[in-house]
Amino acid sequence: MNKNEKDWIDITSGVNVRKCMRCGKCSATCPSYDEMEYHPHQFVYMVEKGDIEPLLNSKSLYKCLTCFACVERCPRGVEPAKVIEAVRLTAVRKQGNNHLLPDQIPDMLDDDLPQQAIVTAFRKYTK
Amino acid sequence: MQRIGVFVCHCGTNIAATVDVKAVAEALSHEPGVVVSQDYQYMCSESGQELVKNAIKEHGLTGVVICSCSPRMHENTFRKAAASAGLNPYLVEIANIREQCSWIHKDIASATDKAIILGKAAVAKVHLNAPLTAGESPVVKRALVIGGGIAGIQTALDIAEAGFDVDIVEKEPTIGGKMAQIDKTFPTLDCAACILTPKMVEASQNEHITIHSFSEVSDVKGFVGNFTVTIKKKARYVDETKCTGCGLCTEKCPMKKVPNEFNMGLDNRTAVYIPFAQAVPKVATIDPNYCMMLKNGKCGVCSKVCSVGAIDYKQTDKFIEQKYGAIVVATGFNPIKLDKYDEFAYSCCPDVVTSLELERLMNAAGPNGGTLLRPSDKTHPHTIVFVQCVGSRCDDEKGKPYCSKICCMYTAKHAMLIREKYPDTEVYVFYIDVRTPGKNFDEFYRRAVEQYNVHYIKGMVGKVTPKADGKIDVQASDLLANEQLHINADMVVLAAAIEPDKTARPLATMLTTQMDTNDFFTEAHPKLRPVESATAGIFLSGACQGPKDIPETVAQASAAAAKAIGLLCKNSITCNPCVAHSDELMCNGCSACEKVCPYGAITYQDKEFRMPDRSTAIRRVASVNPAVCQGCGACTVACPSGAMDLNGFSNSQIMAEVDAICK
Repeated sequence: MNKNEKDWIDITSGVNVRKCMRCGKCSATCPSYDEMEYHPHQFVYMVEKGDIEPLLNSKSLYKCLTCFACVERCPRGVEPAKVIEAVRLTAVRKQGNNHLLPDQIPDMLDDDLPQQAIVTAFRKYTK
Repeated sequence: MQRIGVFVCHCGTNIAATVDVKAVAEALSHEPGVVVSQDYQYMCSESGQELVKNAIKEHGLTGVVICSCSPRMHENTFRKAAASAGLNPYLVEIANIREQCSWIHKDIASATDKAIILGKAAVAKVHLNAPLTAGESPVVKRALVIGGGIAGIQTALDIAEAGFDVDIVEKEPTIGGKMAQIDKTFPTLDCAACILTPKMVEASQNEHITIHSFSEVSDVKGFVGNFTVTIKKKARYVDETKCTGCGLCTEKCPMKKVPNEFNMGLDNRTAVYIPFAQAVPKVATIDPNYCMMLKNGKCGVCSKVCSVGAIDYKQTDKFIEQKYGAIVVATGFNPIKLDKYDEFAYSCCPDVVTSLELERLMNAAGPNGGTLLRPSDKTHPHTIVFVQCVGSRCDDEKGKPYCSKICCMYTAKHAMLIREKYPDTEVYVFYIDVRTPGKNFDEFYRRAVEQYNVHYIKGMVGKVTPKADGKIDVQASDLLANEQLHINADMVVLAAAIEPDKTARPLATMLTTQMDTNDFFTEAHPKLRPVESATAGIFLSGACQGPKDIPETVAQASAAAAKAIGLLCKNSITCNPCVAHSDELMCNGCSACEKVCPYGAITYQDKEFRMPDRSTAIRRVASVNPAVCQGCGACTVACPSGAMDLNGFSNSQIMAEVDAICK
């Protein structure tokens, strides 16, 4: 377990994962559940255990829509979406781990794509 | 010349591990007036008390300082010990070096310093202590029980059994409370009404019990043994003494569209109504919000059909005043409102119900005569989903932080009853933890799983969506299978958290009792005094003190009755001599003390005074009724001229303590 990584996630998310009472309401409410290898409740539990490496390497990080349904409905105020966001930040901030490069943008452009979407995508997938 | 003894307790390691007790005893031995200063392992033990008693006799002590735990714990112990050695008990002072010192500090040096300072303050105070004598006040041999649910009924029956008169004040038109609404009881599955209604009848027929139904407590004055309570008897527009409960008025009343509270609004009643068949007292009540006669003077059918002339449209609220020696609070609970839980669709889908609504839906006296049908289309449900912990164990403003305690068991009961009566119905229970401590409780839950094949799924429901075809999509977690489920349900039952009744908080203010942040009444000691409130003479019964099931409620109700009987048995009780008194020569009659006194102990009188020029003048001065004063000290702080003082905690004693600390 990488203690620094766990501490970093605790700080950037601002979430106390120990508040979780393992009810699973976050995963019950998640619209991206079927797309994910690790589900919201697993993110919270694995961060609490310090088992972060599998999360960093999972595509699940990029399937969270940040719709905040889990944050809204969590009875303990754990805010799982913020934990996922913090893990994602940890991943993209690692050198060379960008998931979107500027060179890829021209191929993706179409007339209906709002410029804001590109900015947001860069924010989400690139350090 | 004062001769003071100081006794420093180790309390095993509770104090001695953090405070150098020998150093404290040594330091305090040099204080003025101290003639003996000792330490001992357990000062409260028999031999520790013997040490104090011997020192009092041997050294002829005029004051005692015990450095030990909180005075709440052992002040009485040491006062008794002093009294038995011939010293006035109010010449004993406690310096709290455990709760306020050793338990909260880690550093031995600074904790020892603080313990010495606390000891010095107590020595300074005891120099000014005066011997006090406790007076006595008589006990009124009558008890009041507030709330007529199973808790209140049981308490009243037990007090009456001991031969004391007891009044029940119930805000609804009938006693019975929540238990009357419940269909079956766990873990024996006997019918709730069958075991409750005989008790209701017993209460109404007992010569010692008076039931004030449809009434509320509107004012409480006085103190332990001598409370004066004003009871508001709300106008029910029916003469209780005449009504025979025949029910003809309820049959003929043309206003038939009033939501029926007893059936949780799942069907309707008439404007003049009797809540349920076994109501006690069986007397009709007119609902002024719906009665057309009371609203616009047009109708009067009930009055025409009533053969005994019991209907009285001109009735008004009546106030009666009664004296009591003891008061038992039994105000009970309610399920929380679920309108903030949009994800469970409770507000928009009639087939999403609370557990208490399900009790009524399954009850023979309920809206469907005991057949479980969906409220929306009156069809038989084939798939039912139960959701546990709705609003319980929540860390947000929507719910409650505590476990409601009863939901696991009643949900197992519901699931089992449904599977028993309708074996073609699939029942799912979503749980976070199944909590079933209690005699035969876990066995009961396991029976639901093993014998009745109820599907218990570890996980929570995230979203409930009513669909166009009348079915309900339940989206939930199955944490053990690590999958998200969709169940096509016909009904969803929510185990709503329970909260104290809304009337509890204003009542607590009237009774000057304490509540916790969730509005549950606080017991005097969480382990050793669970049925007494911190206010003398006020006892707690049932769910007003915390979530409880029926067996626990009945046990606590009887315990509260035992405590009340213990009080009522006494002819008089010893008063607290630490009461306020006013210096009439300094009092300027401003009424500041009278306004702040929470007990109404201060009155003003005109008195004749001899003035310096030998004339006489009549001045208005305060006087304190020592039997009513509880020694809270509010008046001493409010008095602008320093005329008010408190025995045992005089202004000069407190200043002496402050001086000793600051020296």
